[in-house]
Amino acid sequence: MQPTFYSSRILLPVRPWFIAVSLFVALLLNFLPTSAWPWMPDWVALILIFWSIREPRRVGMGIAFLLGLVMDVADASLLGQHTLAYVLVSYAAASISRRILWFPLGQQALHVLPLLLIVQAVQFIVRAMPGIVLPGLSYFIGPFVGAALWVPLTFALLLPQYQPVERDDNRPI
Amino acid sequence: MDHQPPPFFKRGPAPLAQLSFYAMLSIALLFVDSRFQTLELLRQGVSLFTHPAQQAAHAPVDFLKNSADYFSSLSRLEDENTRLRRAQLSNAETILRTQQLEAENERLRKLLDVRNRQKVNGRVAQIIYAARDPFSRRVIVDKGQQDKISAGQPVVDDAGIIGQVTRVFPFVSEITLITDKDQAVPVQILRTGQRSVVFGLGNGQLELRYLPANADVQNGDTLVTSGLDGIFPRGLPVARVVHIERDTSYSFARIYCAPMAGVENFGEIMVLDRHEAAQIPEQLKTPAATGNPVAKPGAKRRLKKD
Repeated sequence: MQPTFYSSRILLPVRPWFIAVSLFVALLLNFLPTSAWPWMPDWVALILIFWSIREPRRVGMGIAFLLGLVMDVADASLLGQHTLAYVLVSYAAASISRRILWFPLGQQALHVLPLLLIVQAVQFIVRAMPGIVLPGLSYFIGPFVGAALWVPLTFALLLPQYQPVERDDNRPI
Repeated sequence: MDHQPPPFFKRGPAPLAQLSFYAMLSIALLFVDSRFQTLELLRQGVSLFTHPAQQAAHAPVDFLKNSADYFSSLSRLEDENTRLRRAQLSNAETILRTQQLEAENERLRKLLDVRNRQKVNGRVAQIIYAARDPFSRRVIVDKGQQDKISAGQPVVDDAGIIGQVTRVFPFVSEITLITDKDQAVPVQILRTGQRSVVFGLGNGQLELRYLPANADVQNGDTLVTSGLDGIFPRGLPVARVVHIERDTSYSFARIYCAPMAGVENFGEIMVLDRHEAAQIPEQLKTPAATGNPVAKPGAKRRLKKD
């Protein structure tokens, strides 16, 4: 069986509604009452990074901004806190999208980790400006869990794009 | 960071241009939202989408919790019912006596010409969920503009003050708990009557600030609202002193308190109506308002005497 994550593998084109549904499910996951578990990753950031890397032409900073606005209102945080973090990380993900796909999945996850840390760090800096409240070191555990989820996530989200593999030795790729 | 050749195909604005546009927009939002309170309309608009989604996300969790409760709690409910009935009977006598005392107290106050304590009405609401923001202590309750809740109203539970309504949406409203870092409540120590202000620490505790190191405060002292702010009604329990550090190198004592109310619990709460702030007596008001009115009658009287 051919490994599924190689960049040489030809995928079916992504369906736009699938992107929309996955982002909406990520929002719902973020809305779950999990504030007691600080190790929960920021699902919206994770899925946003995934699509910013895979489909930088479809999912860009505009969508990141809208998602950030929704998260700001849902979280009752300062307006602009999530938007700034998501817009920055969407730009960073799109700018490494050409390179990151040549790495095996484990190393891709290592690329994703600093992106997720940027999301937390930007929000921390924004909130630290008016007066410091330390949320504790556990605040930074979520990104590590999120990076570990990169491998299963890639399989799950690319599943609709796999086409059946037929061996054809005369085909160039 | 990103050196791109001139675009061969039209792809909209360059990524760096987009980034700067959206980043500036976010920073503008941050600035306006933290300095001015003018973005509430935007917040309310977006909340029309987010609150149904949040409730949809909570539905499976609630369902699991409720179904677990349903099978386990029938006998427990019966127990609780008998216990509550007994408690009600034993309380009834106290309530009757309290009513009688209240009436008597009112009569006596009238006799003494003391301003009657205002009765405060409220409306019961239920906490739906805690806000996810790890930097603040806030909860969302299921009453909003539809139920005529307005920002600033105090919120209590059966044991004491919980917090204050800070934002109102069409169907829900947001309550900042007294343990939030930005929340302050004017209090007085019940034992001594000493006035002060208690601040949230952001970690579930409160701190009584600006009391001198030799102030008369003891562990276990009860703090009640002083009512001086005109927001919280007077005499509601707020917190209990749990730890005092007296260090002579500082001029103030560090006094830590634990909230009396179940601030971190979920359940029924009561949003109290605003009450009028204590009126300044007429005699004190007039001199400032009309120059020097006291002198005139005095002068007249003097004339009459002459």
